[in-house]
Amino acid sequence: MSDLTELTLAEARDAVAAKKVSSRELTAAFLKAAEQARTLNAYITETPEIALAMADASDKRIAAGDIRPMEGLPVGIKDLYCTKGVKTTACSKILANYIPQYESTVSQNLWDNGAVMLGKLNCDEFAMGSSNETSAFGNCISPWRAKGSTAQLVPGGSSGGSSCAVAARLALGATATDTGGSIRCPAAVTGTTGIKPTYGRCSRYGIVAFASSLDQAGPISSTVRDCAIMLKAMASVDAKDTTSVDLPVPDYEASLENGVKGLRIGIPKEYRVAGTDPEIDALWDQGVAWLKAQGAEIVEISLPHTKYALPTYYIIAPAECSSNLARYDGVRYGHRCQDPKDLIDLYERSRAEGFGAEVRRRILIGTYVLSAGYYDAYYLRAQKVRALIARDFTEAYKKCDVILTPATPAPAFGIGEKVADPVTMYLYDVFTVTVNLAGLPSLVLPAGVNKTGLPLGLQLIGKAFDEETLFRAGRALEVAAQFKAKPEKWWSV
Amino acid sequence: MTEWDCDGECGVSYDKDAREIMMAMQTYERLDAVERKSKLIQGSTGGWEIVIGLEVHCQVLSKAKLFSGAATQFGADPNSQVSFVDAAMPGMLPVINRFCVEQAVRTGLGLKAQINLASVFDRKNYFYADLPAGYQISQYKNPVVGEGEVLIDLPGGEVARVGIERLHLEQDAGKSIHDQSPDHSFVDLNRAGIALMEIVTRPDMRSSEEASAFLKKLRAIVRYLGTCDGNMEEGSMRADVNVSVRKPGTALNTRCEIKNMNSMRFIVQAIEYEARRQVDVLESGGTIKQQTLLFDTKTGETRPMRSKEEAHDYRYFPDPDLLPLVIGQAWVDAIAAALPELPDAKKDRFMAMGLNAYDALVLVAEKETADYFEAMLAAGADAKAAANWLNNEYFGRLNKAGLSVLEGPVSASANADIIKMVGENVISGKIAKDVLDIVWAEGGNPRSIVETRGLKQVTDAGAIEKAVDDVIAANPDKAAAAKLKPAMVGWFVGQVMKATGGKANPGTVNALLKARLELPDEG
Repeated sequence: MSDLTELTLAEARDAVAAKKVSSRELTAAFLKAAEQARTLNAYITETPEIALAMADASDKRIAAGDIRPMEGLPVGIKDLYCTKGVKTTACSKILANYIPQYESTVSQNLWDNGAVMLGKLNCDEFAMGSSNETSAFGNCISPWRAKGSTAQLVPGGSSGGSSCAVAARLALGATATDTGGSIRCPAAVTGTTGIKPTYGRCSRYGIVAFASSLDQAGPISSTVRDCAIMLKAMASVDAKDTTSVDLPVPDYEASLENGVKGLRIGIPKEYRVAGTDPEIDALWDQGVAWLKAQGAEIVEISLPHTKYALPTYYIIAPAECSSNLARYDGVRYGHRCQDPKDLIDLYERSRAEGFGAEVRRRILIGTYVLSAGYYDAYYLRAQKVRALIARDFTEAYKKCDVILTPATPAPAFGIGEKVADPVTMYLYDVFTVTVNLAGLPSLVLPAGVNKTGLPLGLQLIGKAFDEETLFRAGRALEVAAQFKAKPEKWWSV
Repeated sequence: MTEWDCDGECGVSYDKDAREIMMAMQTYERLDAVERKSKLIQGSTGGWEIVIGLEVHCQVLSKAKLFSGAATQFGADPNSQVSFVDAAMPGMLPVINRFCVEQAVRTGLGLKAQINLASVFDRKNYFYADLPAGYQISQYKNPVVGEGEVLIDLPGGEVARVGIERLHLEQDAGKSIHDQSPDHSFVDLNRAGIALMEIVTRPDMRSSEEASAFLKKLRAIVRYLGTCDGNMEEGSMRADVNVSVRKPGTALNTRCEIKNMNSMRFIVQAIEYEARRQVDVLESGGTIKQQTLLFDTKTGETRPMRSKEEAHDYRYFPDPDLLPLVIGQAWVDAIAAALPELPDAKKDRFMAMGLNAYDALVLVAEKETADYFEAMLAAGADAKAAANWLNNEYFGRLNKAGLSVLEGPVSASANADIIKMVGENVISGKIAKDVLDIVWAEGGNPRSIVETRGLKQVTDAGAIEKAVDDVIAANPDKAAAAKLKPAMVGWFVGQVMKATGGKANPGTVNALLKARLELPDEG
């Protein structure tokens, strides 16, 4: 085979099962690609020895005819997932040298399904960011460049390492997490596909928490089918996470080609937001046309509380983060300041030194909104609005089966462009945060490129635990969009 | 939502109507309790009433912690019972221990309290070295148990009612150790995450004696239920004591909270000191500032905690890692149906057997004592005789030896045998005490001891007659004197008993002597 890294995950799976290629060959090809792409800073920890050992073990099973659903397929793991014996940092200085003695349930599920770990992927510090620029280990760089430009672009965030690794063919797929758009935003701006499943579909056990009621694991990969394969392998109920849900995980791949005939597609009028790139609005219209052409029924719907979603999110997420991150105190593990003079000094300096600016900002906001005298006005009110946002969807789903929206208001922006103004950065999540607040599943896939050749994505939002319909509709869009664009390989040494 | 219901055998039903009637009656009776007479403390302006409310932390008897599988055994090596969850490692999540919830529900039922089928765990946020997550998981607005009450027994047979406001589940923190090194503090997380029940009372107690009686009663209840071992020395039961004073009949005054007390004696001392302090402040024209106090066991005084120790904004909010705790009524009913008999019911039952209130109270105060008593009954002992025997003989010996009823050397069946022999006229009461001493010191079966050592009471009239005749014959002068001074018969009784080795039936001896000495039978 010519370039093994150009295979999709599904193609690689079939090739490995047919013994056209060994897992070791496949894994070695990706390890080499990753090594040559270090300038992109997608991997912050490469684990070639582990990868090859896992690949060899897979090859033995393949030889024995004992093949599991992701046997021998090399993937990258977002550094928010705890991996036993392998450094897990959440891309924060405060966990710079942390080596967990336990494995996250989702990564364990992947290994149990035969997958191979290539390494740990860059992300925003504690998944707080939309551009991967808050990582303590340097920003990850998108493989994409605007036509005729050498300006570096962001790979989206927070799962920027994951989207970059898939887009640059440094992994067949990657795990990611999504609290307000951290799977979907990076997928949208890198021409990759990602799904944030329903809250509770994947276990959160062993994934460094940002905002517990919003965090959800999911995959980023090249195609809708690849995501279907990966999500099936990642999802499970878990006794160690009581918010995980005990529902059977369907064979998503099986219903992929069922088409959208008769499916009711909701188009929310509130998602026509001023300031959205006109090319993205146009792509949205194109998406509607594609689905209609395949027999779907288009329904206009209303999600009236959408405009409150961002402020609600930026109260609830920081509130939970302020409490979740209290454990990083320099006492038991992680960064500890030099020569603390007392306990308070230990806390203050360890945390000030260990956390980056964006994380500190969110801890402060979260502490503020939970404080006596402010709780009712902020946190409690935000919870009420959250319930209204969820109700909007419940109402909408009386009229439609799945909702189509843009994924981001703009294509990838330049590195450093929005760092100075956090609010414009937050606005980048305007189409994605509602989904987390409502706990719903949502899939983003590439549907076209803009005039400078940068990928643009569309978002599908489904009913709770109805990922199957999302994959079906996603596949229909994928077929219609025929997205073939690839970044030029400028980074390879 | 986590729906818990009893598994499998849930056929047991609990009479809901009866419970409602019971609750209604308690509400009615509680009104009476408020009218009871208070013990006042005297100040220069007259009498002051003490008002006391308690927050009692009871460690839940459970092999595993509240949100992790780690063990809870007391006295293990430092940090040997700590899971990744307890140490708040990144990505770790709490998983509620069903058994701890069951224990809380059981306790709630024992406090005749309302069980809330839906409750919520909240995070109480603060930084401390022995609080690994930076927050304690507790129940703030929606506790698992609501209003209930406890009856307390006061000297003089008075019974008072103390209202229970709530019971909630929460995690314990670890232990900071500051005295092992000059420049380091150490943290032991064995205790971190252990389940506690915090039981909050209404301000219904009016003296240190009542507070102490309440704690004793609560301790008895949780020990009967098997939900807490009540061991105050090991810290499995600790109390925060709220104290205020007021002129009788006036509104409640500002209270002060004395934190973290784990000795009944010190609680009494602290209340007395604090109440007196508040009276002095008020009478000298001052006002009471609501504050948190510590009790100094060396000086016997309360002192304010440093403001830093109490200036917390805990930023409570519902723990997003835990769904609301929803339990099924059927499960609650099954726990209720399997509830053991509690001290009040046991006391009533013992009194119905003919025991007086005092004896019954002594016997039910500790579950082990009541169990011992009941084991004697099961071995065929008469209830009143057994109660007398235990309270007058056996417990005295235990106290003297510093032993608990479980540690005592004489089994319940042995004690039952002894008093049964008295009842059967096999031995006299005096010999019974001797037999007890022998069994205490040497062990053995009381009946065979009596047999082999010839301790059987002599009821054979012939043998006694002979002894009586011998004594009279040997003391003719005294026999003559006795005819003039009938009280002297006592001396003859003593001599006959001596001659028979104490085995003669005293009644028979008495009657025979009177007949032989020709004394009037005055009964």
